[in-house]
Amino acid sequence: MAQQGPTSPVPVPTAQDAHQPAPKPVREGIDLIVNDKRYRHTGDKAMPLLWYLRDVLRLTGAKYGCDQGDCGFCTVIVDGKAVASCQTKMEKLSGKRVTTVEGLADKDGKLHPVQQAWIDEDAIMCGFCQPGQIMAAVDLLSRQKNPSDADIDKIGNLCRCGSYGRIRKAIKRAADTLKKDGKA
Amino acid sequence: MSGEIRLSRRRFLKYAAGAAGALVIGIGSVDAAERPVPLALLGDTWKQVGPYLRVAADGRVFIGVRDPDNGEGTATSLARIIAEEMDADWSRVVVEPLGLGVTVDNDKAKFLYGHQRSGDATSIPAAWADLRQAGALARWLLLQAAARRLGVPADQLRGEAGMAIAADGRRISYADLASTAAEIEAPATPPPLKAAERYQLIGQPAGDVDAHAVVTGSLAYACDDNIGDPVIAVLARCPYPGGTLDQADRDAASRLPGVHAVIDLTPEQGQPAGLAAQAPAIVVLASDTWTALSARAALKATWKPGPNVEPSAGTLEQQALNLFGDEQATPITVRNDGDVLATRKKAARALEATYVQPWVAHATAETPNCIVRLDPDTSITVIAATQAPLQVYSVVQRMTGLKPDQIDIRVPRGGGGFGRRLEADYVAEAVAIALAKKPDTIRNRPIKVMWTREDDLAHDYYRPMAVHRLNASLDKKKNIIGWHQRMASPSALVNRNVPDNRLWQSELVPDALPAGLVPNFRSDWYPLSSQLQRGEWRGSPHVTPTFASESFIDELAHSLKANPLDFRLALLGDARQLAYNGRGGPIDTGRLANVLKLAADKLDWSRWLRSENGLGIACAYVFGAYVAHAIEVAPTQDGVDILRVVVAADVGRVINPKGLEAQLQGATMDALSTALSLAITVKDGKVQQTGLRDYALSPTQPMPNEVETIIVPSTAEPAGASVVGVPSAAPALANAVFRATAVRVRRLPLLRELARLR
Ligand code: FES
Ligand code: FES
Repeated sequence: MAQQGPTSPVPVPTAQDAHQPAPKPVREGIDLIVNDKRYRHTGDKAMPLLWYLRDVLRLTGAKYGCDQGDCGFCTVIVDGKAVASCQTKMEKLSGKRVTTVEGLADKDGKLHPVQQAWIDEDAIMCGFCQPGQIMAAVDLLSRQKNPSDADIDKIGNLCRCGSYGRIRKAIKRAADTLKKDGKA
Repeated sequence: MSGEIRLSRRRFLKYAAGAAGALVIGIGSVDAAERPVPLALLGDTWKQVGPYLRVAADGRVFIGVRDPDNGEGTATSLARIIAEEMDADWSRVVVEPLGLGVTVDNDKAKFLYGHQRSGDATSIPAAWADLRQAGALARWLLLQAAARRLGVPADQLRGEAGMAIAADGRRISYADLASTAAEIEAPATPPPLKAAERYQLIGQPAGDVDAHAVVTGSLAYACDDNIGDPVIAVLARCPYPGGTLDQADRDAASRLPGVHAVIDLTPEQGQPAGLAAQAPAIVVLASDTWTALSARAALKATWKPGPNVEPSAGTLEQQALNLFGDEQATPITVRNDGDVLATRKKAARALEATYVQPWVAHATAETPNCIVRLDPDTSITVIAATQAPLQVYSVVQRMTGLKPDQIDIRVPRGGGGFGRRLEADYVAEAVAIALAKKPDTIRNRPIKVMWTREDDLAHDYYRPMAVHRLNASLDKKKNIIGWHQRMASPSALVNRNVPDNRLWQSELVPDALPAGLVPNFRSDWYPLSSQLQRGEWRGSPHVTPTFASESFIDELAHSLKANPLDFRLALLGDARQLAYNGRGGPIDTGRLANVLKLAADKLDWSRWLRSENGLGIACAYVFGAYVAHAIEVAPTQDGVDILRVVVAADVGRVINPKGLEAQLQGATMDALSTALSLAITVKDGKVQQTGLRDYALSPTQPMPNEVETIIVPSTAEPAGASVVGVPSAAPALANAVFRATAVRVRRLPLLRELARLR
């Protein structure tokens, strides 16, 4: 579907290529890398990463679903590990590297095997939980080449639409692809 | 050039040449057709033609989908219905969600697109009735154009995957034909629809059209939209129905950096439920959600209950039991065949059971939210996930007084609906805040209202709690000769402009089985009163009564030492049609028996008697669809483990089997996890649940890895799918649990009750 990203008339904080040296600090803040771009957060240090991503960076792939770390809709990857971004305060993120669902496909838009597996298994229903599910699966597959059903259950992300069966199949399909690609 | 054909007195198709050589087709409805609009003036604007379809000269086919998609798969299935009929190349189809189609005609609102509603199993049947015509017209025009170009009669051409193909094999793409097609004169009557044998897309599995956008995070749900840099609004709402503010520290909230204003919101009085804000509230307006949430916490708002304290469900349950025992009580009798009371007196045997079901919430994945951009003199834009765009429109129009063509309602894909988004309270909040007096700095900024999960659980339109008492009379030959069901519940139609004698309509279905199968049958409904907001929940009038009736049938079978499958099949009897005064009828008992048998076979029902595990079965008829669940459970130390779940469904012609399978699986999971563990409870006058810890939508345990589905091939009229998988799941589970544990659970949630009884 021809979907437009959220409109954002306010200037998004300047991003710089992460391979360039960091600029001299102009204002106190928390420096972090999100999807390979550098950012400096100068607001409330207690702000959860979820709201920084959604409201400040306008990266709205990570979703809100609860306030207690229970649903997993907000899952992103920080320094290689899945976290609930609603439970991760900005003050903990200095120097960290964050990957959101928007940063998963490669530069020319080729989908990550997990994303592709989600499409191939038609795992989405309303779709709202799925960016979080996908990030949790990427994390699992980075640790487990052959995840068992129990490993998958342990993810514990909620799907209100009940797409668990297809999510499970998608994870296994992605595991196969990753093995074939030798990426895992 | 352009044209128009009548489909009926109230509906018509229009087509016109679009920009850049496109052909544009739309369905119009009602009054305006009395005076045909000069189509040449309409140009290419989607909104004005009410288009469903646009064949572009570059080969793409744009299909506008009118019904909202909150996870029901509507965007995919509606588009495929149209694409099929025109023989489009599916790989070149681009699906666009249409917002509300409204324009102004003689100072009155005129709705352009016909049916615009989702989640109550009406989208597909409505689309089947009219959207196919748009596709058929497109094909007809394109083939006429091809006939001219190729110099052969149009009836010797056929369409296939975006091509017009002649008998001799010559072919022209639709893209090349689009502009010529727009010049063809309209046929006198609607072109014939395609024969089902030629279907290429309908009945074939298709993935969701939004899948790519979802997995890349680029799909913008309403909460992801930031149109015009909105101010974020978070509300502290009174948790007591009818309650008021005690105190709040507005200064503490206002002082936080990033807070723009703290204002009060009083719901409009005298509006029907679902069309106005629910509760008095203090609104925090801030630069971002986190600041707004922090400021709301800083308010430390406390609230007082109103004069009538909302009773607990236990109190309501006692009231129901008192009503059932009160000879003087006057229920509404919704169906009465023969004489159940006289039958009971002469029965060889009678059985009675009472079933209690709690309040439950929708807990949609995406919590309610809404963006409003208002220019008080000229226009309003509303972005909201909804299942009922017209409902949203009526709220917006009433509150702003703007003209229909000044109101732009956009309906992005929603993160779940289940009936919650039939209500427009969150829209009313956003509009009220947009209209409220605010500091100059933010006066013209859009408003985005965000609900937290706690807000959502405390201010839902809950599925009503319900108490059922069922009584059956049996003759000497073990036939059921009398069936008396009494139901008491707080109706979801109270305060919705529905007369008192119709309030049962949201609660039960008079002709639901076993009505029509038992000679003496009576169904009574008793109103309970509550101040909690109530609403529709995934076909709820089919859901709570079916838990009671299908559990009770199992109890009867058990008391007669009968196999519950055979007992049900015997009760259904020979295949025949039963009168059904409602959507989808009549009931075909043969189709119901068929899904029962299919589900049972798949679970290997022959094990029923000797298996250590419990096998349970139940069936239902839902809006023209037939469904049965067969479930196997094993007892565990502290409950049960659900080993296998089979669902068999006959929904008539299947548009997208992949989508239907997902709907059946999802609905089954929802129904089971709700029955196992979920309840909204009221204590000290307010809802107790505040998050997913205490309203635990358990993801996996004790659920099976997979819900096995059987889809019955059929050429019957297609029925909707999104609610079909709900009603028979919970009773099949309870029936299986009984076989596994010998404990009959008559009160939900099941796990809690099972633990209490064991
Ligand atoms: S939003 Fe629910 S876990 Fe973060
Ligand atoms: S797809 Fe709707 S919540 Fe998972």
